[in-house]
Amino acid sequence: MRILIVEDDAILGDGLKVGLAMNGFTPDLAVCAAEADAALLAGGFSAVALDVMLPDGSGHDLLRTMRRRGDATPVLMLTALDRVADRIQGLDGGADDHLGKPFDLDELAARLRALVRRGAGRLTAHLEFAGVSLDPARMEAVRGGDPVALSRREFTILHALMEHPGAILSRAQLEERLYGFQEGVESNAVEVHVHHLRSKFGSRFIETVRGVGYRLRRT
Amino acid sequence: MRSMRARLFLILIAATGLVWLSATAWVYLSTRAEVEHVLDARLMEAARMVSSLIDSQEIDTAVASLDPGIMPDVRHNPYERQLSCQIWSLTGTLIGKSDGAPAERLSDHADGFAERRINGSTWRVYAIRDEKRGVQVLVGDNLDIRARLVRDMVKGLALPMTLILPSLAGLLWFGVGRGLKPLSQLAAGLEHRDADDLHALPQAGTASEIRPVVAALNGLFGRVAEARERERDFLSYAAHELRTPLSGLKTQAEIALRTDRAETRMLALTQIVTAVERTAQLVRQLLAMAEAEAAPAAGLRPLDLASVAKEAVCGQEARLRAKGGTFFVDPSLAGVSVFSNETLLGLALRNLVENAVSHSPPGGTVNLVRTEGGIAVEDEGPGMPDAEIARATSRFFRGSNRTPVGSGLGLAIVEVCAEKLGGRLTLSRRRPAGLRAELHLAASANS
Repeated sequence: MRILIVEDDAILGDGLKVGLAMNGFTPDLAVCAAEADAALLAGGFSAVALDVMLPDGSGHDLLRTMRRRGDATPVLMLTALDRVADRIQGLDGGADDHLGKPFDLDELAARLRALVRRGAGRLTAHLEFAGVSLDPARMEAVRGGDPVALSRREFTILHALMEHPGAILSRAQLEERLYGFQEGVESNAVEVHVHHLRSKFGSRFIETVRGVGYRLRRT
Repeated sequence: MRSMRARLFLILIAATGLVWLSATAWVYLSTRAEVEHVLDARLMEAARMVSSLIDSQEIDTAVASLDPGIMPDVRHNPYERQLSCQIWSLTGTLIGKSDGAPAERLSDHADGFAERRINGSTWRVYAIRDEKRGVQVLVGDNLDIRARLVRDMVKGLALPMTLILPSLAGLLWFGVGRGLKPLSQLAAGLEHRDADDLHALPQAGTASEIRPVVAALNGLFGRVAEARERERDFLSYAAHELRTPLSGLKTQAEIALRTDRAETRMLALTQIVTAVERTAQLVRQLLAMAEAEAAPAAGLRPLDLASVAKEAVCGQEARLRAKGGTFFVDPSLAGVSVFSNETLLGLALRNLVENAVSHSPPGGTVNLVRTEGGIAVEDEGPGMPDAEIARATSRFFRGSNRTPVGSGLGLAIVEVCAEKLGGRLTLSRRRPAGLRAELHLAASANS
């Protein structure tokens, strides 16, 4: 899941980026409202973690701008001013959740997952398809009752495919899920990870649609 | 005297007493003069009357001389008996005397008024000499009786006054208390006030003498409320500013604890060190801000600008040297004495120098130069865009060219110090690069 982190504090921003990546997200960091706005216009984020106080404006204003142009990406506000009035302003301004600083990294990850899940209209965090079960919180995959060990990137690709069972995802879409803006994309990474996934779940589990992309198939 | 009521009461009692005493003295003197005048006239009249009686032979002096008791003996109250009459023949025989008159001759003089002491009391005597009948009529008045008359009059005046005095005192005490009631009401209102209640006191309907006090109190309440508001804002901002680095610390610590990769852990630990530095700096600056705000603007004394500058430089020399930079301290600062507060001036300069060192590029020079109004600190760093210069002294403002450990408080502290010293801080861009921060000290503080 691609997450946009909007945080001007260098150390916290870096921590969020590394920490969320460890939790199975693909985070991008923006250090000011203008940068965040540009990134959001490019699109492709499952959720946004937004700091309220930014050097070039307030997070509330950025959120308003987003909602006004019809951007429905779930937004979690990170507030240091832990006042009720602040939280109300955020939620009424279109935020989906909020978290007061300092927060727990796992809680942030859980809340982001919940936001994404609610956005997709699912009831539980678990994803199920053709006897394969995925737990995004633990980054665990189970096939027929047996756990399957997956790398972070393998999990990310499987997660993306299982979020939209039967739909075709292009290589570019999968790459977008794998890499943040600042990361260099390895040319055949998607093919390599798909290959590994096929060896773990069976060669027919992921089908290649020539010239278009990949999709899951019931075996 | 502490009590206004007692003070007013005593003043009123003293004033009333004084007026009374003067009135009594005046009544005493005028009564005495009047009494003297009236009684003298009576003496004269009585003497003439006796003399005319002798003249019309209603008193036979020849017979009377044989029986001095011929004159009517009537016992009356003391005032009616105050006149004494003697009739002497010119040869020196007492022909007759009134009841109560002394046996001794009242006076030796021939005619008119005279005073004489007889048996220890003073007599005022009027004499008429009748050469034709060969008699002298002496009518006298005992002055003691006159004095008693006057005294009794004054006593009659003073007695009711003395009796009235306690009730007057009571009335005054009560009246003064009533008069001071608005004050005690104000005091009672203030006494029951909550420490947080800084609402203005109602000014309408208060006595005109108390209105300035109420207005002054309301002014004070306003200022206290403002200061408190500022403090609250500051605290809430401080809490916010501390939460962000703490949040960063926590996140990085969680990463360091959880990661399997040594490289990630090292990076997180490095970030933690920076975050701790930054938090420590923030706490230091918060304390400095509190110190600057609490420092009294007074306590001015002559300070050597060069030594204050040197002190500020000393603390940052190592940091600048680590960047390969150098300090330039204007030699013309030597011997310049400013009349200023040591704490505030030191704090201001220390922050300016620290700021300059933080933003100084590798190998850059930080200048401390004497200016017309005070001292300026210049660096060769990236400086600030004009839009940021305008906001640079707001608390917790961190410009786009921020350093990782900056608190956003440094210039705000300098401005507080400058204002307290009666001066100001001006920031300007340097060509080709850098920032110049000039501390103008109050004109009177310069020498």
